[in-house]
Amino acid sequence: MIYKVDVFPRAGLKSYAALKLERELEGLGYKNVEVKFSSVYLLELEESFATAEEIAARVLCDRVSEEYRVSNISEVKEERNVISIAYYPQVMDNVALVTKRIIREMGFKVREVKYVREYKLVASEALDYAEMARKFLYNPLIEYLLDFGEFKKKTHLRLEKQKEKLELKLIDLLNADESKLKEISKKGMLSLNLAEMKKIKEYFQKEGRNPTDCELETIAQTWSEHCLHKTFRSDFEYIEIDETGKILRQETISNLFASTIKKATQEINHPLCVSVFEDNAGIIKFDKGYNVCFKVETHNHPSSLEPYGGASTGIGGVIRDILGTGRGAFPIANTDIFCFGRPDTQEESLPSSLLPPRRIIEGVVAGVRDYGNRMGIPTVAGAVLFEERFLGNPLVFCGNVGILPQERSFKTVEAGEIVVVMGGATGKDGIHGATFSSAILKEESTDTAGSAVQIGNPLEEKKVCEVIARAASEGLFTAITDCGAGGFSSAVGEIAREQGVEVYLEKAPLKYQGLNYTEIWISESQERMVLVLWPEKLERLKEICRQEEVDIAVIGKVTSSKRLEVFYKGRNVCSLDMNFLHKGFLKEKKQAVWKVRQEEEADIEGIDEAKTILALLGAYNIASKDWIIRQYDHEVQAKTITKPLMGRYGGVTDAAIIKPLDDSKKGIVLGCGINPFYSDIDPYWMAKAAIDEAIRNIISQGADFGRCVVLDNFCWGSAENKEKLGELVRAARGCYEYARALGVPFISGKDSFYNEFVLEGKRIVIPPTLLISALGIIEDVEKASPSFFQKKANLVYAIGVTKNELGGSEVLRLWGRGGGFVPKADAAMARTIFQHINIAQKNNLIESCHDISEGGLGVCLAEMCIGGNKGVDVFLSELPQEENISAFSLLFSESPSRFIVEVKKENKDKFEKIFSQIPFGLVGCVGERKLKVYSREAELIVDLEVEKLRKSWKRFENGYFS
Amino acid sequence: MAISPRAIILRAAGTNCERETKLAFEKAEVEADIVHVSTLKDKKQLFHKYQIICLPGGFSYGDYISAGKVFALELENIFREELQEFMHKGGLILGICNGFQILVKLGLLPFSDFQPRCSLILNDSGRFEDRWVWLKKERIGRHFWFRNLPEVFPLPVAHAEGKFYTEDNLLGKIEEENLVALRYVNEEGERRGYPFNPNGSLKNIAAVVNTEGNILGMMPHPERYIYAEHCPYEKEEKAQAWGLEVFKNIKSYFA
Repeated sequence: MIYKVDVFPRAGLKSYAALKLERELEGLGYKNVEVKFSSVYLLELEESFATAEEIAARVLCDRVSEEYRVSNISEVKEERNVISIAYYPQVMDNVALVTKRIIREMGFKVREVKYVREYKLVASEALDYAEMARKFLYNPLIEYLLDFGEFKKKTHLRLEKQKEKLELKLIDLLNADESKLKEISKKGMLSLNLAEMKKIKEYFQKEGRNPTDCELETIAQTWSEHCLHKTFRSDFEYIEIDETGKILRQETISNLFASTIKKATQEINHPLCVSVFEDNAGIIKFDKGYNVCFKVETHNHPSSLEPYGGASTGIGGVIRDILGTGRGAFPIANTDIFCFGRPDTQEESLPSSLLPPRRIIEGVVAGVRDYGNRMGIPTVAGAVLFEERFLGNPLVFCGNVGILPQERSFKTVEAGEIVVVMGGATGKDGIHGATFSSAILKEESTDTAGSAVQIGNPLEEKKVCEVIARAASEGLFTAITDCGAGGFSSAVGEIAREQGVEVYLEKAPLKYQGLNYTEIWISESQERMVLVLWPEKLERLKEICRQEEVDIAVIGKVTSSKRLEVFYKGRNVCSLDMNFLHKGFLKEKKQAVWKVRQEEEADIEGIDEAKTILALLGAYNIASKDWIIRQYDHEVQAKTITKPLMGRYGGVTDAAIIKPLDDSKKGIVLGCGINPFYSDIDPYWMAKAAIDEAIRNIISQGADFGRCVVLDNFCWGSAENKEKLGELVRAARGCYEYARALGVPFISGKDSFYNEFVLEGKRIVIPPTLLISALGIIEDVEKASPSFFQKKANLVYAIGVTKNELGGSEVLRLWGRGGGFVPKADAAMARTIFQHINIAQKNNLIESCHDISEGGLGVCLAEMCIGGNKGVDVFLSELPQEENISAFSLLFSESPSRFIVEVKKENKDKFEKIFSQIPFGLVGCVGERKLKVYSREAELIVDLEVEKLRKSWKRFENGYFS
Repeated sequence: MAISPRAIILRAAGTNCERETKLAFEKAEVEADIVHVSTLKDKKQLFHKYQIICLPGGFSYGDYISAGKVFALELENIFREELQEFMHKGGLILGICNGFQILVKLGLLPFSDFQPRCSLILNDSGRFEDRWVWLKKERIGRHFWFRNLPEVFPLPVAHAEGKFYTEDNLLGKIEEENLVALRYVNEEGERRGYPFNPNGSLKNIAAVVNTEGNILGMMPHPERYIYAEHCPYEKEEKAQAWGLEVFKNIKSYFA
């Protein structure tokens, strides 16, 4: 029998879900609509109504604040004004899982539970309920509007048992001509191009047989852009042309990645590096016998379709990367960086296939929040950018830092070991996620990509994390990796690529019956880890899994065949040569063109400086991200020393500091740099600026310049477009030159292409976006410098030269002006400045320090005032500057490698001596509650109350839409 | 007689503040063991080894259904007698954040009779929030739990369901019997609304004790202020790690 239990707030209390919908409706002009929200649990019980009542009263309802109502499903009246929303049966329903478990533990015989969100709308006028539901309440990719009528005919809630499909499917490749090959790739959603299909055909011709569907899928997954990064590793025919099309430079680049990013790391040969570009994350040395590792992932495509699920699986995935680094690391910090369309986008103008930015922003933030917080990992650093080109292609970067004992830094896999899968069960989730993210989103993607979208289960991953922490410390396994894109096919195929492996798919725990062997093999169900261990360790591992309530199953063994052999119920469904699978892919030759762009003077006529500072502080890209930051637990684990909001008034910080070990004063400083708008002028300077920003963010907080590393995440347009690839070459070159000159190695990276969206026939491409994430080590966290002014009358210095570099700046975007010279970072100057900031920090000469970045000096000073509600008096005449620069440029130029530093009067001489060979200026001193700026002619041009600055900067304290 | 107290930190799937809570106890020279509830089911006598039970922060069982509810049901279902005995012997029970949510759902606060009478419900802001707040000690708070702390001190909160809620009658009774241990205030110690009261708690209640005073539930996280550097305020103010003092007070209670 199925019972419906409604749980709703007691009289006088209102649920937030109801309030929120009322507000949304009011915003649309529907006045006086009353919304009532209930959590509904459908219980399939063997027992009577009285039992359902007892379960409701004891388990489902918090009787202090809630009431409940139980009804027999057959008696539920259908009401037009009630909107009931449930997840599709294949989608993870976390509430139902936990509910079922506790009901059973309490001794009730419950067969199945389904969780439903129910909204009742009471209005005087007729409303289009389905339309409202779609607009505000659910995503049809993963949820549906429940019709209780459908249940009345049923006696159970479970999925219909589907027939197993056992037959082996062969694909006729041997007789396929070119057009047939293309068709096979397209129909199977394999995202393999013709040359690749031919190469595969060639392989099977040699084998003398046709491939199974499973084999073709395995190759497609392994060779996907997502797994292989084949564009970045291609050879490039690169030409530079001027505006007339005249060729200025022409060359062949062999393997762009190896000749830029990787080359910088190899040449620097940094003593800190332990494992780079090899494992699931880059590993560097830390302290007291520990290493730390860092990885940043992009999770763009799913996030644009199902923001909540996309972001939560993004963060879940990068955490598993850390769990699967070396022989198991422990995650200690998350980072997140988002690029969204503008929150003030007119929603009416968007096609229905496109989620409006507000839904994407709320969904992504909630996804990271609900997953990160439940994992008990502090989310400590990040950035958020808004621009219209991110409308159809939001970018979601999720990073994770882990710590592990040095001796666990490498995996060892040997024949005779067994392969186990641990964690979540396998379902149809996310099939074709890897190949999907290698394709351009079209409007119809929202229909075809349904299975690529899923919801994460943080509770499962938390349990898995605990098992790994215990098993790793007991040395129970020799290798570990996560099931990410491509599922088992990538994880198992990769972990034993040097040896060979046999897999028995029927052993994998399934969420439900009815999956065929290929679906099991490529499913991207979340929260699964693959481990390799010696058989004698299995019992102990199983015991730990039992205690932590985690499922585990042996699914295969390591061989020495150098082949990937997959079996399903006795049949060999996949048999591939590892060498062909992992090395047989075609290295492509790509055409890349860079057309040199001319720079010109910025148009800044007639703009008021004081007004600009206030407006900039409230601009989407600069305004405080309070609303997002505070939704993340940034202090769990009690290791966060410098938090993302500091001071009584919650001011800005350049970077977060984590102190991982109780018995060491050493800290990890985390920051990032991202300047996609400079790419509109030249991605080469964009890349240098991004590295400079990331490093200066962590230097300002006290990271030791000699112990800094970076990660690169490229998000680009189509890999088939030669102009986009020209921009890629420019950016990669900038990365190589700047990192090499600073001596800062790349330790890990990721790239994502095809971030384009076709909207009503028009192609919208994101600006070439490079995220640089920086990790540095600070010797003693007690010496960290905050980014807000500490004490009245302290001296304020500016370090580094301000140039007329307004190109791509926030201020020009703010006023809709064009032109400007792009900021050009100078590595030699940056290096010297970073080193000397370090010397001053080590001598305890710095009270506070903030880098000058988006919004220039004006915004930097204002931000320093806000955290502690202190003012500052600044004289532009004292600022190190190039000749003939305007006061406007002095205030808003975004020249790199600059800092504002607060110093005590008694330290003046010592400080100035350290910086004697570097451009610096004593520009003013900390004052009282006012930001005052004097022009070179000593005229007061900015005179603003700090409270006013704060109000503008905190504009979105409670959300972007309220 | 002075004894060397020992704490059991109980965890379940989704608990996530157990490691730093153990560190805080150890820094206060209280030995602490983290024990998964699943391993305790057939070793119930283990409770006798301990003088302190701590329910740390986190999202036990994902906080699905409602915060702390499932862990509370599980504890009542399996350990009701052991908990009763432990309380009667005068053992201390400390619930922090999710632990506080568990204690109220279990009905151990404010009256330790397994009857849920108050709750911690969704913040008025409707969302999870992490921020530092100022807390004022109330009369009972001056009791040993917060003895060495100043009248007003800062700690961080981080929760979605932290609004202290109960019916009016009971609220009056809680005040009458001086069961409020800490309230959300501004830096001057005055009761104020959001964001000083970060969740909309009735009467700004941040922490309560039971009538006997041996059970404390608090939403703020003392284990997140165990180094002076944890404090996000001006450098020169970073003096004493006030969170650690809570654990030191527990130690001295047994001295």
